Amino acid sequence: MRFTRVSAIVLRQFYLLRGSPARVIPLFAWVTIDIVLWGFITRYLNTFTRSNFNFVPALLGAVLLWDFFIRVMQGVSMAFLEDVWSRSFLNIFATPLSISEYVSGLVLSSIATSSVGLLVMLFLAIVVFGLSFFLYGLVMIPFLLILFAFGIALGIAASAIVLRLGPAAEWFVWPIPALISPFAAVFYPLSTLPRWMRSISYALPPSYVFENLRAIISGHAVSTSSLVVGGCLATLDIAIAGWFFGSVYRNAVRTGLIARYSAESVS
Amino acid sequence: MSATSTVLAVSDLRKQYGALVAVDGISFELGPNEIVGLLGPNGAGKTTTINMILGVLEPTSGRIQIEGVDIAQHRAQALERTNFAAVYAPLPGNLTVYQNLRIFGMIYDVDGLAERIETVLRQFDLNALRNTRCGVLSSGEQTRVSLAKAMLNRPNLLLLDEPTASLDPATARDVRAKIRELVASGCSGVLWTSHNMYEVEEVCDRVLFLSHGKILLEGDPKSLPSEHGKETLEELFIAVAREPLALERSQ
Repeated sequence: MRFTRVSAIVLRQFYLLRGSPARVIPLFAWVTIDIVLWGFITRYLNTFTRSNFNFVPALLGAVLLWDFFIRVMQGVSMAFLEDVWSRSFLNIFATPLSISEYVSGLVLSSIATSSVGLLVMLFLAIVVFGLSFFLYGLVMIPFLLILFAFGIALGIAASAIVLRLGPAAEWFVWPIPALISPFAAVFYPLSTLPRWMRSISYALPPSYVFENLRAIISGHAVSTSSLVVGGCLATLDIAIAGWFFGSVYRNAVRTGLIARYSAESVS
Repeated sequence: MSATSTVLAVSDLRKQYGALVAVDGISFELGPNEIVGLLGPNGAGKTTTINMILGVLEPTSGRIQIEGVDIAQHRAQALERTNFAAVYAPLPGNLTVYQNLRIFGMIYDVDGLAERIETVLRQFDLNALRNTRCGVLSSGEQTRVSLAKAMLNRPNLLLLDEPTASLDPATARDVRAKIRELVASGCSGVLWTSHNMYEVEEVCDRVLFLSHGKILLEGDPKSLPSEHGKETLEELFIAVAREPLALERSQ
């Protein structure tokens, strides 16, 4: 793997962002709206609690982490979709660039773009709504790492779906986080879910993060073993997503889809 | 031609989509400083052949070696000193000319990239357009940018798929002259497809006529028409397109 080639994919994304406010604003606009909206909802809910239960770390913390995961996932798929929209697959893949270099470039681009969203969310949550990260402590680091890894895995998988099904399949990318959220138990304990939904939740790394988040808020200890399971699942998901993307790419080279991608063939 | 003096070696190359055979067991070689025209009617298999050489389409069978390196086994190494320009593959329109050249220069890991970009910008008269987004350029200007990209890594194998299709006659002549100059000054071999027979006669050292995925004729574009009882290369092209079987039988 050559770092110069990976950097070229990151630089491409930087050039696109630098020259287009329409690409920069979404990096922080939606997360800002989410944090502001949920910040006021939590304040309102706090006025109803009798036991001094604080909704800010429970709900606003969950929203912040979930939005971070979405930003990471979309960071990968957006960087990929730039190639779909500019129809540059033939130019990109008829070069010495390898698939691992290309995907690494997408991941690095996502780290940069999702960091912007995370910083904005942290600023608003801490300064405006008084979310204290001392409550979570250092466990916030594995929380973020697990969600980051799962976001990368889903971003790669979503890109593979678009590569396989053609540009119109972009539609499939956007609702993925919404489809996962009921199973990830972002806002409620896993025990709330019926058994069949719970069995799906156990396969999703975010559910381990959010269960532990609620445990901390309720004054319970963090389950290290469940975080390890979440981390292992997220790592496995990255490996599966990378394999999936590679398989779809090899199929696209075999069928000629890469060379005639804009024709939207799904053959 | 020995293995070391061959820029491109294609042997028994075949591509089949279900029952349709797009390329049917073709073999040819391309030497350094040689421009070979790949000619044939639409659907003959020219672009399919070029896509397989570029590694974006997997052959059903056969072998492609670029400077002795098998593209199926060492794709990145084989493509390091290869490049292409095609009228149907413009560079991303949302980036400027300079940004596109920089990104592709990094992908090809070009030494002294900044200087090399200035050189190709000068060569293709693109200095005034360096900060213009490619999407707003005229088709002729976009073609020049694609050619500048194609020259960035000083390719030993250059694949040009109808490179002058959208250029006015004066610009097309300049581009032909530049490519000939490049070939004369370096060791590039060029595989050139075109439907402009005048251009092919002017530029190519050798031509391959493709029809239904097979090479029907091969030879010097200046002498080939008379060898087959035709006055011009264009007449020969039309004969290949309309009566390929007759030509095949006369071989």
